[in-house]
Order: sequence, then structure tokens, then C-alpha cells
Amino acid sequence: MKRVNLLLLSMVFSATAFALSPDERGLEIAQEADKRDTGFGDSTADLIMLLKNRHGEESTRYIRLRTLEVKDDGDKSMSIFDRPRDVKGTAFLSFTHKSGSDDQWLYLPALKRVKRISSRNKSGSFMGSEFAYEDISSQEVEKYTYKYIKDDVCGDSKCFVIERYPVDELSGYTRQVAWIDKKEYRPYKIVYYDRKNALLKTLTYKDYQQYLGQFWRADKMFMENHQTGKTTLLSWKNYKFGNGLTKRDFDRNSLKRAR
Amino acid sequence: MVYRTLLLLFLVGMSSLLHAAEGEWSGYLALEWRDFLNSPLDSEQQGDTSSFSAQTEYYRDWNNGKQSFRFTPFVRIDGRDSQRSHFDIRELNWTTVHEDWELTVGVGKVFWGVTESQHLVDIINQTDLVESIDGEEKLGQAMFKLSLIKDWGDVDVFILPGFRERTYPSRVGRFRFPASVAVNQAEYGSSRGKDNIDAAIRWSQSFGDWDVGVSHFSGTSREPRFRVSLDKGRKVLIPIYDTIDQTALDLQATKDDWLWKLELISRSGFGDRYTAATGGFEYTLYGIAESGIDLGLIAEYLYDSRDKLATTAFEDDVFLGARLAFNDVASSELLAGVIVDVDDSSRVVSVEASRRLGDDWKINLEARFFSNIDKQNFLSSFRQDDFVQLELAWYF
Repeated sequence: MKRVNLLLLSMVFSATAFALSPDERGLEIAQEADKRDTGFGDSTADLIMLLKNRHGEESTRYIRLRTLEVKDDGDKSMSIFDRPRDVKGTAFLSFTHKSGSDDQWLYLPALKRVKRISSRNKSGSFMGSEFAYEDISSQEVEKYTYKYIKDDVCGDSKCFVIERYPVDELSGYTRQVAWIDKKEYRPYKIVYYDRKNALLKTLTYKDYQQYLGQFWRADKMFMENHQTGKTTLLSWKNYKFGNGLTKRDFDRNSLKRAR
Repeated sequence: MVYRTLLLLFLVGMSSLLHAAEGEWSGYLALEWRDFLNSPLDSEQQGDTSSFSAQTEYYRDWNNGKQSFRFTPFVRIDGRDSQRSHFDIRELNWTTVHEDWELTVGVGKVFWGVTESQHLVDIINQTDLVESIDGEEKLGQAMFKLSLIKDWGDVDVFILPGFRERTYPSRVGRFRFPASVAVNQAEYGSSRGKDNIDAAIRWSQSFGDWDVGVSHFSGTSREPRFRVSLDKGRKVLIPIYDTIDQTALDLQATKDDWLWKLELISRSGFGDRYTAATGGFEYTLYGIAESGIDLGLIAEYLYDSRDKLATTAFEDDVFLGARLAFNDVASSELLAGVIVDVDDSSRVVSVEASRRLGDDWKINLEARFFSNIDKQNFLSSFRQDDFVQLELAWYF
């Protein structure tokens, strides 16, 4: 009975979507995108980061990532560094939370030391790349407020254009403008504006693949910093879902063993 | 008996290794140049020196990472000090992982603690003092380590056979006491000598933004006392390794930009029971002046209840330090600090900096200056040992 009512309610809602305020509509789009990416359980993937400066000098990083979906809270993730070789074995454990600050630990293999670190460094560069910690951490709906702007053409498809405003005052951004495709609710492009509201970076997603018949992941993510001319290309490989990971694969013991 | 069990478990591990997938090698080769800025206290002691070191790690895992094998040999060849030239097996162990327990058998390395200026609580491994006087380099330790992972915390239980003696520079080396340490004449508090089997236990848990560890160690002290003796007419220091009990607490509260840290030990069996502590904070300013550079400010107080009778240099000292992380492509970092003795104003200044060159090379700079060292201070015999050191390492 209850289910029927909810269904009815949601039908009414989508039928009257035009009547929503831009804020409500923006939030609704973000919630729908989040809903469509819910239930993946866990995933593992290999990541190659290609860093380029304005003179074309290149540097690469190899990282392996594990993610565990956590019900009613942010995801847990572990990043294990393979290259550059001097940081091989360094591992980063993060528990994202929907509200409040995240928990983060860093493992330094030379000293065998696990360090609890502050998660306040949201706007800092991740591994010298153009991605900030806040760009690569789990994108929870609650971390932003939203506003629907317009519909637009994006490549071969049609997109919603929404603005999102970071809730955390430590964010490096005033706002982000995101193009989300209307059919699959995947991000197509995100434009970042810095604290002074000046154009900072553009992130473009390419070569989406669908996993388990539901979850879309982009093989390529390209970040361009318009202020420095530096770019970072993320190439994702070997995405695997349903690995049977548990919270034991995301604790301080597994951090020390991470390889 | 313990040896036999260890050996048996190790063989079990090794045999499963044979069925494993391909392993991998990684490591580094490094050249180091050390330039001493002053002539030594004793004319026998060396001047500038260069040395070579290498460490490699063989790692392989199987059964989806639930079992693993690790072998990490290390070698240093020093141009001047034959006792600094040494080989050590840092790790040679087999680990098996289960839902709520893990077991490691073999030679391993374990770190406990949170503070930056010294590591009081860290006691499982012996200090490889010839490697660095900061005490952060450790010798491999044979161990049987059982970890229980429970909702109420992690408990690590250690059985530690095969005591390792601390390494010391030879008569020609720098950073030595007025007499050199006769490392091959060590004496022991235990009647079993170095065959005494040590044991340790540690409970650790995270409560929100608090990380807590409580530990107890019972066995041969990693730190020796000294007795003056004569060897072929020369004055030497004979190290005496007492049997001790040490109970410890390590604590960190991660409150936004502030990390509050405390390490506390109470030790008996090493003279009268005493207490020592290190406590303080690290405060980080992220992205200073919109540069992307992080600046960490560290302040710690170092205490030892034995005061003037302390067997370390840090009985009533303050450490002030600054850490710069450039967050650039080369991972450039700089840590500079000074430890000041509150009583006699003796100072040790240290600078550590590093950056990557290209993809596979790394350059490390280290310098230490002993200034205003009081004649009565523990560091008095190091007062001519200011140095600047450059290390170039190639990683593979």
C-alpha cells in the first residue's frame, strides 16, 4: 500500500517537475544521479595519471583503488601507490562521511608507520596533479547545494546544466557547473570556479563503460587548469565490481599490508 | 620450542609460497656523501665520508592477497667506518590474513607511536644507530605476531626470540662517546643472555577522531646501559642489556588542522622505575599564500623523570619544527627543527629535505648542527660532529 503511494507520489512529482524551483530541480537531478549509482557494493580499479605542465613535460603515477559502498554514509576507499617508485607501497585510507569531516590515514612503508592525518586539506593537490582531494573523494549529495540552470547539448546527447555549491567552507571552489546527461545521469563535464569565482579548471569525462548492466564509469577523465596551463589525464583500467570486499579490507591492518 | 614452532610455521608458509603466482622485486641503490664541518674531538675519528647502500624487497602474495611473503635485505658499505658497513635482513616473513585475525611469522618491522621528535613507545625493533642518529632506522626482528581484530579494538601479541644488539660506530666513526662501544662484548641482565625470549602486547583503537594505543613490553631492553672497561689498554664501553618491563600509551587527537599527540612510557628494570613522555601538537596551514604549499608547525615537549641521570639527551627539552610540503610533481619536502635543552640551552638543529628527480631518482639532503652544547650535556661528545649529507637514490 505504502509502495503504491510512493510510486504515485513520484509520478506526480516528475509530471510537475517544471513547477519545481531551480534549487529543488538541481537537487533532484543530483539525487537521481546518486540513486542510479547506488548498490554497486564494491569496486577495484587501476589508475594511471598523466601529469603535464605548460611546457609539455610529463610525469606519470600508477595507483590502484578499492572502494566500498557504505549504507547511509560516505564510501570507504583505499588508494595504493605503485609509481613513482620511491612512493611504492604508500597507501591512503579514507572514510568519507555525509556530514562532518572525513577520516584519513596514510601508511608510510619505509618506517612502517600509519599516520592519522587531517582531512582539512580539501583543496590541496592530489599527488601533484590538477585534481584536488575534494575532486577525487566520494561525491556525496550532501556535500553540495544545487541549482538547475538550463538544458544544453553535450556531444551527441542532451544534458542538464546544474550549478553546485560546496557546503564545506574549506572547499577551494565557490561553485562548479556540471553537465549531466539526461538519459543516464552521468557527468559529461564539470567547470570549476575558484574562491574568487574566477574560471579555474575544466574536467571532461570520456569513454563511458557500463558495468553490471547499471553502473557507468568513464575510462578517461581529463582535467585542464586554465590558470596554470597544466593538465592531468586519468586513465582507468580493469574496473571490477562485486569483489566481495568487506570493511576488513579498509582498516589499519589492511592499510599496512596494502600492495 | 619457540624456535621450532617458528621454523615449522615458516616452512608451512614457504611451501605454500611455491604454489604462488609470480612475485615482484623493487628497491633502491643509493650513494651518500657526508661532509663534517669541524675537525673531530678525537684525532682518530674520520673526516668526510661516502658510502653506498641498497635495499630490495621481494614480495609475492596468493590466495587473493590472504597470504603473502616478503623478503627485504639491506646493505651499506661505508668508505671509512667498518662498523657502519653492514648487512641486515629487514624483513623475511610470511603473513596469513583471516576475518578477525592475522599472523606474521619471520623477521619483521613494526612501528608504534605518533610523535615526531623522538619515538619513546616504539620498542619492538632494535635501532640501527649507525644508519642514522635520529633512531628511525631499525634492524629486522624475528617475531611471531598475532593480531586479533575485534569491534573493541585490535590486539597485537608478539613473541620475540633472537635479540638484536644496537649498532654503534667504531673507534674511527663519528657520533660516538669519548670511548667506543665494544659491541662484541655485550652483557645481559638475563641469565639466558641474548637468548631470552621477549614478549609484547598492544591494544589499539580509534574513537572518532581519537586514536589510542596501550602497550606492554617485557624482555631485553633495546637500549643498553654502559660499563667502562679496558680492551688492549684502551678505554671501551661495554653495553649491558637489562631485562625490563615497559608500559606505554600513545594517543593522537585529530582536531581539524590540529594534531595533538602524546607518548608516555613507564619503565622498570633499567635502574629505578622511571617515566618519560613526549607530547605536543602539529598545526598545519594548508595552501599558504594560495601557493598550494602546506606548512606544518610542530611543537613537542620531551620529558624524562630521571632528569640529569637520564640515559638519553632529552630529559627536559623542547622541540620546535616546521614542515613544508610543496605538493608539486617532484614531491618536494622540507623538515627543519631544533631541540633545545631547557636547563642548559644546548641545541641540536636538523634539516631534512627531499625531492624526486625525473621518475626514478630521488635526492635527499640532511644536516645536523650541534650548537651551544654544554660540557655536561649528554650530547657533549657529538659537539664537533656537525654535518651536511647528500644522498642520491635510484629506485627500481
